[in-house]
Amino acid sequence: MKNKVYPDFDSAVADLQDGMTFMSPGFGNVGLARNLLAAVHRLGVKNLTGISNNAGSLDERVDVGALIEAGQVKKMICAFTAPTHPSQITPFVQMYNDGLLDAELVPQGTLAERIRAAAAGIGAFYTPASVGTELAEGKEHREINGRTYVLEYPLPADFALIRAYRADTFGNLQFRLTQRNFNPIMAMAADITVVEVEDSIVEPGEIDPDCVHVPGVYVDRLVQIPEAGIRN
Amino acid sequence: MTTADKPRLSRQAMCDRLAMEFQDGWIVNLGVGMPTLCSNYLECEPDKEIIFHSENGVIGYGPLAPAGEEDRHLVNAGGQNVIALPGMAIVHHADSFGLIRKGMVDVTVMGAYEVSENGDFANWRIPVRKGGGIGGAMDLAACAQRVFIAMEHNQRNGAPRVLKSCRLPITAPGVVKLLATDLGLFEITEAGFVLREHAPGWSHQDIQAQTEAELTIADDLREMRVRPA
Repeated sequence: MKNKVYPDFDSAVADLQDGMTFMSPGFGNVGLARNLLAAVHRLGVKNLTGISNNAGSLDERVDVGALIEAGQVKKMICAFTAPTHPSQITPFVQMYNDGLLDAELVPQGTLAERIRAAAAGIGAFYTPASVGTELAEGKEHREINGRTYVLEYPLPADFALIRAYRADTFGNLQFRLTQRNFNPIMAMAADITVVEVEDSIVEPGEIDPDCVHVPGVYVDRLVQIPEAGIRN
Repeated sequence: MTTADKPRLSRQAMCDRLAMEFQDGWIVNLGVGMPTLCSNYLECEPDKEIIFHSENGVIGYGPLAPAGEEDRHLVNAGGQNVIALPGMAIVHHADSFGLIRKGMVDVTVMGAYEVSENGDFANWRIPVRKGGGIGGAMDLAACAQRVFIAMEHNQRNGAPRVLKSCRLPITAPGVVKLLATDLGLFEITEAGFVLREHAPGWSHQDIQAQTEAELTIADDLREMRVRPA
């Protein structure tokens, strides 16, 4: 069987190319694949489309904002395209307002479900979120059992950059607490799923099958975060 | 004393009043910022068991973690470290919003820029800047059993926020049930805003003067209820 364990972050993302779409999980600065994002930053590929809950924070650590600031991203699909507080002027906010990149604003639950739909082979789905607002304008509406819904489509990606707590060499993954957030659905939605592992990569059989959060069949590449890597 | 100089209610008092409405066993989602103050009130009613839900898939979390006791993998919707309570559960983001869309959240408390008499509210976009910050607000507003809003009654320049109809792009139509401002407590009914409780020292005429929408005055109008001393 193909060896999924890669020696370093750079080799694990080396074939991520200009113009590709990538997914980056994380919520409240927890559960982001910061080492893999740093590797994509070093790789220098451009014209990327990013799918992520937000478009980077003012946090010192590497996040999607590092790729945006470096001009590697042409479009973000996310739940925040303006700051939640006027003081939070990130590189994304600056560049978006200057017209240097494009963005699609999606309600967070719709974003998650569009990713899940891509992971689950669903062609489209109806949701009540955003009905009656300007985000629903131009979308197909349908009344089902007396309630109005809008039609939303799946969000697939070429790459998912995932942070897990523990893995086995088959790629079975476990997450800790709210590190989980978007990680499982993104890991299952992308064509190529690359995972940085915080604690350890163990032998198959060491993770109880009932306690696997993402089955290894969805996972292509694993990298153990070294002592000197970004661990938080 | 002119109306403009009269003391107004604190943010904690506004959130305390909304939290008094929480019922034992409710699943509650608190928006980032002011609404998180609602959780402080629960110390006044320790027998009331509330299940806090956050968008990132944590169901049944506890208070903010004291310094030195943070688990870096456990945060609430504001990214603050919280304490795990016995019985807490974790799901992924799609399941977390599945819980929301199914209508399992009994109440969501959010901040807003504007609320209108038909129950519309606006809290995601201001026209001076491109884009908006929606987060989970549209999903929660459309699907929670109840939407409560905590909001200052006026803008900094004195302009009203309690309106006949919203001027800003709305987050969801016709969903707000209860509004607490620094001037009082308002229920939204078929008749529009019903003033139920007023800030100390504020008459209903004073409050109407700060409000664009026409207020209905409750027969049993009373002073705003506060937490026990």
